[in-house]
Amino acid sequence: MAEKEATRAAYGRKLAELGEKYNFYVLDADLSGSTQTAVFAKKYPNRFFNCGIAEENMISVAAGIAATGVPAFASSFAMFACGRAFEQIRNSVAYPNLPVRVCASHAGITVGEDGATHQFCEDMAIMRALPNMTVLSPADSASTEAILEQLMTFSGPVYMRLGRYAVPQVYAKGEHGFKIGKGLVVADGKDVTIVATGIMVSAAIEARRELSSLGIDAAVIDIHTVKPLDNELIAEYCSKTGAVVTVEEHSVIGGLGDAVAALVAEKGGAKLKKLGINDEFGTSAPAGVLLEHYGLNAAGIVGKAKELLNK
Amino acid sequence: MENTTLLMLKEKAARIRMLSVDAVYRAKSGHPGGSLSIAEIVAYLYFNKMNVDPSDPQKPDRDRFVLSKGHCCPALYSALAIKGFFKEEELKNLRKLGAMLQGHPDMKSIPGVDMSTGSLGQGFSAACGMAARAKRESLSWRVYTVLGDGEIEEGQVWEAAMFANMYKLDNITAFIDSNGYQIDGAVKEVMDPNPIDDKFRAFGWQTFVIDGHDFEQIDRAVREAENCGRPAAIICRTVKGKGVSFMENNYTWHGKAPKDDEYAVAEKELTLAYKVALEESNNG
Repeated sequence: MAEKEATRAAYGRKLAELGEKYNFYVLDADLSGSTQTAVFAKKYPNRFFNCGIAEENMISVAAGIAATGVPAFASSFAMFACGRAFEQIRNSVAYPNLPVRVCASHAGITVGEDGATHQFCEDMAIMRALPNMTVLSPADSASTEAILEQLMTFSGPVYMRLGRYAVPQVYAKGEHGFKIGKGLVVADGKDVTIVATGIMVSAAIEARRELSSLGIDAAVIDIHTVKPLDNELIAEYCSKTGAVVTVEEHSVIGGLGDAVAALVAEKGGAKLKKLGINDEFGTSAPAGVLLEHYGLNAAGIVGKAKELLNK
Repeated sequence: MENTTLLMLKEKAARIRMLSVDAVYRAKSGHPGGSLSIAEIVAYLYFNKMNVDPSDPQKPDRDRFVLSKGHCCPALYSALAIKGFFKEEELKNLRKLGAMLQGHPDMKSIPGVDMSTGSLGQGFSAACGMAARAKRESLSWRVYTVLGDGEIEEGQVWEAAMFANMYKLDNITAFIDSNGYQIDGAVKEVMDPNPIDDKFRAFGWQTFVIDGHDFEQIDRAVREAENCGRPAAIICRTVKGKGVSFMENNYTWHGKAPKDDEYAVAEKELTLAYKVALEESNNG
């Protein structure tokens, strides 16, 4: 396994690399150092706009650029890109179905010390509700890069959540098999399925090892595309294992857990437990401490799986 | 401006007014007041200024028009229909189920609409985005946008104004339809945005204050705006409801359709004005 890295770092690096082959614009709102769009800005200043601390304008400007026929990537912290500028995303981007890619870093609880005002755990819930919107949540550097490359020829609006926190690498560099809209079976199993997204995929793999030592054979599925959900794959594993644990660094309301729960409720065939932030605001602390505090780790996943299987 | 051009434009504005109020009446809802106040601005742009082609609505080098005050789309739709982007008959389906002409401009369904708008302030930013790309790539098109004086109460408008100045967008011209009213009443009583020209000037824009119903003044300001080397705001003093006696300067006509008896009066006034303008244009 490679060293730990935050998905935002992979985003900035790959965006600058893709800038050579593809024509697109990149916009930021005074956080280009944090979101890592500064790497692109340095290489291609003529295709970069720093919009200052004005996210609403940034999203609609991106829409205007996209309306002239060139894709636009707009980045800020998730809280501001998707939270503050929600209505611009809805009306200027999603409704006219424009190729704007809102790539938001610092999503979820792992913003860490900045605390609740900056820890956005509702972004996927909000973005999932929008017609035309594709919602992406990559697990590591390799998946971020692979998905970003696919976005170069993808049509329609996209929301991609990226993290600040350096996470273990799930996939080997350059590994293929990522396809927007398709979940990935990271490990097969027959007793329980752990459906994870974003930085929780690596925790799910760790949980699988612990469960294995308890005699529980867990499958791990990486749902990097939260919308549209890979219903087929999840339904297959529902009937195969009969038990599903969803895990996300996001509220249990409206995110991956609810998307899977809605599917299970319709199709039947599995018991389900959701692991995520339980309808509460975050708090200040180092990211690693917070993940432990909220049970967003291997131990938390193992606990849910054992509850579900009555073990 | 040549007299024949002036008379032609007066005829177009009169026809835009007639068709706009007819469409709102048939739809039984919509925004007549602000549609009537921008008839000259829209007529000037579509019939004397912009490089657009109804037979090729998506042609890449066309000038762009963004109606940031999207609720006044009856005026835009009427201009597009007169210009030939679609049949005038379509105007009768405005706001009806399955109609191409949505209650606010929809770039996906309507030929000639360059940006979906309706939520105030957003169209202005999108127009700046269009101008920004053209500027960076030395593309020849120019971007025109129309905002309401109520609309500029939105904070996003001033974010966009800063952006346009920062990136030296000398290829955008914004018309501020200063008709003095918004839904709840006079702008001065609801949330006074005045002095509008001082505000835009402070944000680095070249400003012009004109009579928005006077084609000669519109023409002069638009030409000067093109060569001023900065983003340009043309503040147009207009009359809300212009052309319909009982709608003029009456904010209650911001967003409602005339009833049968009211429409009879409006239709009579607007048709007469149109006939006179048409005759003058034909004789001109």
